[in-house]
Amino acid sequence: MKRYSVFAVAREALRYHSGWERAWASPEPKKKYDVIIIGAGGHGLATAYYLGKNFGITNVAIIEKGWLGGGNTGRNTTIIRSNYLQDPSAAIYEKARSLYETMSQDLNYNVMYSPRGVMMLAQTQHEIRGYQRTAHANALQGVKTEFIGPERVKELVPIINISGPRYPVLGALWQDRAGTARHDAVAWGYARACSDMGMDVIQKCEVTAIRREGGKVVGVTTTRGDIDCNKLGVVVAGHTGVVADMAGFRLPIESVALQALVSEPIKPCMDVVVMANTVHGYMSQSDKGEMVIGGGADGYNNYTQRGSFHHIEETVRALVETFPMISRLKMLRQWGGIVDMTGDRSPIISKTPVENVFINCGWGTGGFKAIPGSGWAMAELIAKGEPGPLAEEFSMWRFREGKFIDESVAAGVAH
Amino acid sequence: MSTRLSSGGRLVNKDKPVEFQFNGKRLKGYEGDTLASALLANDQMLVGRSFKYHRPRGIVASGAEEPNALVNLGQGGKFEPNQRVTTTELFDGLYATSQNHWPTLEFDIGAINTYLARFLPAGFYYKMFMFPRPFWKHVYEPFIRQSAGLGKAPKDRDADTYEHFYAFYDVVVIGGGIAGLTAALEAGKSGARVLVMEQTAAWGGRAVVDGVEIDGQAAEEWVAASVEALQAMENVEIRTRLMGAGVYDHGYLLAYERLRDHLPEEKGPRHRLWRIRTKQIVTATGAIERPISFAGNDLPGVMLASAVRDYVVNWGVSIGDRTVVVTNNDDAYRTAIVLKEAGLDVPAIIDARQGGAGALMDEARGLGIRVETGKAIAKVKGKGRVTGVAICAQAGQGGVLDEIACDCVAMSGGWSPVVHLWSHCGGKLKWDDAQAMFRPDPAKAPKGASGEAFVITAGIANGHLRSADALVDAFEAGRSAAKAAGGKVKAGKAPVAADADEATLEAIWLMPQGASIKLRMKAWLDFQNDVKVSDVQLAAREGFESVEHAKRYTTLGMATDQGKLSNINGLAILSDALDQPIPQTGTTTFRPPYTPISMGAIAGEARDELFQPIRRTPMYQWHEANGADFEPVGHWRRPYAFVRSGESVHDAVNREVMNTREKLGLLDASTLGKLIVKGPDAGKFLDMMYTNMMSTLPVGKCRYGLMCNENGFLSDDGVVARINEDTWLCHTTTGGADRIHAWMEDWLQCEWWDWKVYVANVTEQYAQVAVVGPNARKVLEKIGGMDVSKEAIPFMQWADGELGGIKARVYRISFSGELSYEIAVPASQGRAFWDMLLEAGEEFGVMPYGTECLHIMRAEKGFIMIGDETDGTVIPQDLNLNWAISKKKEDYLGKRAQERSHMADPNRWKLVGLETLDGSVLPDGAYAVAPGLNSNGQRNTIGRVTSTYHSPTLNKGIAMGLVHNGPDRMGDVIEFRKVDGTTVKARIVDQVFYDKDGEKQNV
Repeated sequence: MKRYSVFAVAREALRYHSGWERAWASPEPKKKYDVIIIGAGGHGLATAYYLGKNFGITNVAIIEKGWLGGGNTGRNTTIIRSNYLQDPSAAIYEKARSLYETMSQDLNYNVMYSPRGVMMLAQTQHEIRGYQRTAHANALQGVKTEFIGPERVKELVPIINISGPRYPVLGALWQDRAGTARHDAVAWGYARACSDMGMDVIQKCEVTAIRREGGKVVGVTTTRGDIDCNKLGVVVAGHTGVVADMAGFRLPIESVALQALVSEPIKPCMDVVVMANTVHGYMSQSDKGEMVIGGGADGYNNYTQRGSFHHIEETVRALVETFPMISRLKMLRQWGGIVDMTGDRSPIISKTPVENVFINCGWGTGGFKAIPGSGWAMAELIAKGEPGPLAEEFSMWRFREGKFIDESVAAGVAH
Repeated sequence: MSTRLSSGGRLVNKDKPVEFQFNGKRLKGYEGDTLASALLANDQMLVGRSFKYHRPRGIVASGAEEPNALVNLGQGGKFEPNQRVTTTELFDGLYATSQNHWPTLEFDIGAINTYLARFLPAGFYYKMFMFPRPFWKHVYEPFIRQSAGLGKAPKDRDADTYEHFYAFYDVVVIGGGIAGLTAALEAGKSGARVLVMEQTAAWGGRAVVDGVEIDGQAAEEWVAASVEALQAMENVEIRTRLMGAGVYDHGYLLAYERLRDHLPEEKGPRHRLWRIRTKQIVTATGAIERPISFAGNDLPGVMLASAVRDYVVNWGVSIGDRTVVVTNNDDAYRTAIVLKEAGLDVPAIIDARQGGAGALMDEARGLGIRVETGKAIAKVKGKGRVTGVAICAQAGQGGVLDEIACDCVAMSGGWSPVVHLWSHCGGKLKWDDAQAMFRPDPAKAPKGASGEAFVITAGIANGHLRSADALVDAFEAGRSAAKAAGGKVKAGKAPVAADADEATLEAIWLMPQGASIKLRMKAWLDFQNDVKVSDVQLAAREGFESVEHAKRYTTLGMATDQGKLSNINGLAILSDALDQPIPQTGTTTFRPPYTPISMGAIAGEARDELFQPIRRTPMYQWHEANGADFEPVGHWRRPYAFVRSGESVHDAVNREVMNTREKLGLLDASTLGKLIVKGPDAGKFLDMMYTNMMSTLPVGKCRYGLMCNENGFLSDDGVVARINEDTWLCHTTTGGADRIHAWMEDWLQCEWWDWKVYVANVTEQYAQVAVVGPNARKVLEKIGGMDVSKEAIPFMQWADGELGGIKARVYRISFSGELSYEIAVPASQGRAFWDMLLEAGEEFGVMPYGTECLHIMRAEKGFIMIGDETDGTVIPQDLNLNWAISKKKEDYLGKRAQERSHMADPNRWKLVGLETLDGSVLPDGAYAVAPGLNSNGQRNTIGRVTSTYHSPTLNKGIAMGLVHNGPDRMGDVIEFRKVDGTTVKARIVDQVFYDKDGEKQNV
């Protein structure tokens, strides 16, 4: 792999960029791999990357129905934070956040991780108490957060209206090391690194069956033929239920569309990410200048990655109230992504009833921020056959035991 | 230079001059101008700077597809960035400034990027700015952010208002060109309820510009007659300045009306968002002309051929004195002819096609225009503005054959139907090779709930570029839509248009065919985002083969025009680079809205006081007048405390607690949820909803009940009263009323639909007052009207009666530990009753109290509060509430869940009281720590604080918390960690701090 650097760009400029090589290869599938990962989104690619990097397992194929990074990796609002309440969540999200910090250097691909800070507004007495609790929990979890007052909120976000007539801002939970990254670049950077390790990233290859013998996986059938494997990782987010069905088991997952939108680009006016859970909406400004806005998930299950309008209205209304200046901006584009929700809104990283089939799903509305941590934990699970400390609480059997990891207290809004 | 012609301009009224400002210059235009036509009439060709390289940008189009000409419009509370000048109608006093440059439009430091362009190809930022690591946040990113963005951020509060319309139609026709009007006429004649909308201020679309003849009339006259006919139909609504913005599932249509953008001084909402339910949608949205990629095609003065024509015909504005037309089709010849007829010079038509012998070509030649076939533009000459073109062979590599001086280049690469609205909700496209366009595939139309198609496309939008075909198509579309919507279609005849035969187009995506890399690096695809042919080719070379990858890597089509001009050209270049046919490459996804719509319009009226409804109790005004410090609780606002002058909030709370404990307190409890559950199966139903047994509750009695969700977690609590044999009244928490009501309905409607139960939410029908304290009975006896003695209404019973002449239902329940009556009166009598209590209570030391006092008193008594002691992870057993869980019942919601291994585990965190050793107040939400770290390196914890207060009654800090095996560890001292890292020691004690035996409440 040719390294990227300012010098490489300058060198290539002299020959009109004719010497750049493919970021990732586009190979035909081999007959057999040690490990197949279904799903070349951020989580699937990160899983493959850490299989190679941490465990030296490189005879790996990542197969993808569409184009890599085309699911929720390419549809989210790019927020990265780890100020979660429950211990297992804080552990994996903080692991992810710390890996994001050095991801550009690790992958030699600028994913533009920008620790610009994330704040979650407290607009009721109840929210104040909730975030104070989170701040206490985070301090013990090694996650640096603090509860700040309304003056500091205004200082960090000059465009905010802290004294709205309906829900004045009473404070906020502030994580200064949280931020955003360029979502597509995360998928591309991992794909390039996986390809460089000799793994096969195979796009436009849909899995149609999971072949099993004696309760054990032996391979998959795809639109490009049968491919054998020793181990199989299923990392397909919104379509988890469909793929699990192919392997013959069911999961407590519901798939719903999550809505997002961007405004037209304007000059910088907001450096940090603001989430307002009471009024239901969050906003940040991309490097391109667009206000990136998210809100709610549709109230009904479906698989179409289409935008609907009612949540857009609710979210924009909330944000016009919170940031009155956006009233005269325009919505440029809205879209939807299919998120896989579990009963406790926490993920599943788990062994399954089928031997050597492992599953990573249920990230719901908050998957992007978890990508490297999720890949790290999933790679460990696949390589060792047993979960490490990051994954062990996220077993799919926790629902049977009643051992929920419920973040609803800390995340009243889709995030 | 561009200027106003002495004649022509069908849309401008030269009797009405209008003055406006651009970058401080005072300029003149006419009523009917767009800002674009007025700027061009004043020779203001340069209007902005591009996004990445800060290249000079001029107007390139005449409509919604304009990528370049965006300005900051207005000032103060009427300021708006990124306004397209081509869709901005001119008005007197219009104030515009150009965007994305420093210091001035003419001299922009950022334009240095254009000289560095070679070093800044597509995606350069993914390959650099990685070292040293902190530089991304502190140096590179701030610099990139500053140079990106376009218009300025608005600073002031929006001075305008907005509104929503909710409308229902049988057929909605989008597009007011001849196709849309034809379809609307047919649908209208069928009797269906029809809406026809046009996004601009004028009907007729392109046909009126091109002078098509319809049914023997000039298009202009035919359009006027058609509009009049539609206006005369009572079942038809017609609107200009109304744009179809988005098509959603189930025939849901969003439309955006710009009511006052052109009349900013008039009163009324600025924009109106139409939310339409319709049976059928006809998209007659026309087509957009494509640019051609050749070197220098981004220079100001290079414009779409159709736009050049529009400016002459519609606004009487010429773009240049000498216009070179470059094309791959016949339509652009119309521009040359119009220019010639207006007395302007057309030095040459450069036609990339080898042959081509249509009537239009003959006509152009007949006017003496030089026509060069098989030729291309090698390069546009000029710096900041077109001064000429170099001509070469299309088949070659760009060897210059000739140079022609000119000040305008009119380009046409063919037409792309506007398929956005067709595509929003899943309509598919097919590639038409002959016309080199994606057009709707009628076999794969968007389908509604019934499985039937609900969008029909008509006219040019359906790929029928000739007016004659478009009219026939639209006629049929209007009839089909009407029929599908249930209208009665009568026999009729499609309007007949006479338009010239045209020779076929030849797909030309790059000029010349073998353009060198130097030329390709100057051949723009996306003018706003500075994406060139070389960028898309680089993306393909680097493996970004999916059209979505190429888009995201190069930013092609991601600008404010969403690729209206660039997408098809870009994916043609991508297909060529990948050596695959265009349909195999496919398109990116079309997403709403069609053009950007204001956030103000989306939010509508819901802002400030109207943002969300404020629910007020009948006593609200009294609270407001008496120092209430309000807090939002759901949509309600409740007094947190009643603060007197000279008091702090904390003082007020302490005073309220002490007064209530010692004398008499009043709480406005009207916000408590009140649900009537009634019917033969109501008892059975409530036994399922609550963990307690409610069916055996005797009439006249009250019982404290718990509700869990299916997962066993405690979700709400409250006192249930049995009113009569088949009626119960369930109190919920304030925040839980709507949620619990919905929860009950969910079970009744989805699961137990055959149970005979009705639920009614009567929360707002009653005002409720808690009369609390040792003097509670005295004040009620003074008011009089019913027996409130211990014998008449024992604890946990209720009675109906009259108090002071007001009908009242009196519950003997207590959330404070004091003698307490909760009294419900009709909402209309609430204020009178409240006033009566205050007056009568004066001698007993009455004081109203707020929610904080309520919280403290319940904590002193060890009562739980939903949302404090519970957080969605707590089961009743954790709160020592086993006594409220019926052992006799076979089932209740959450029972099975609570039997799961982790839930039934005796080693759980359980509720206890906590007292700091030093009497201080424990911090809210603090955790109790244990030695060591867990496997993820996190500090081990053994409990947490759920409620914590300073108790004025006991004059010390009291708290409740969940502690691992807490009830078995009474007397143990554990350590809580504060955020500053220090710890505070607390002893585990009984959770009831005050009047453990209940002597005060049972009097």
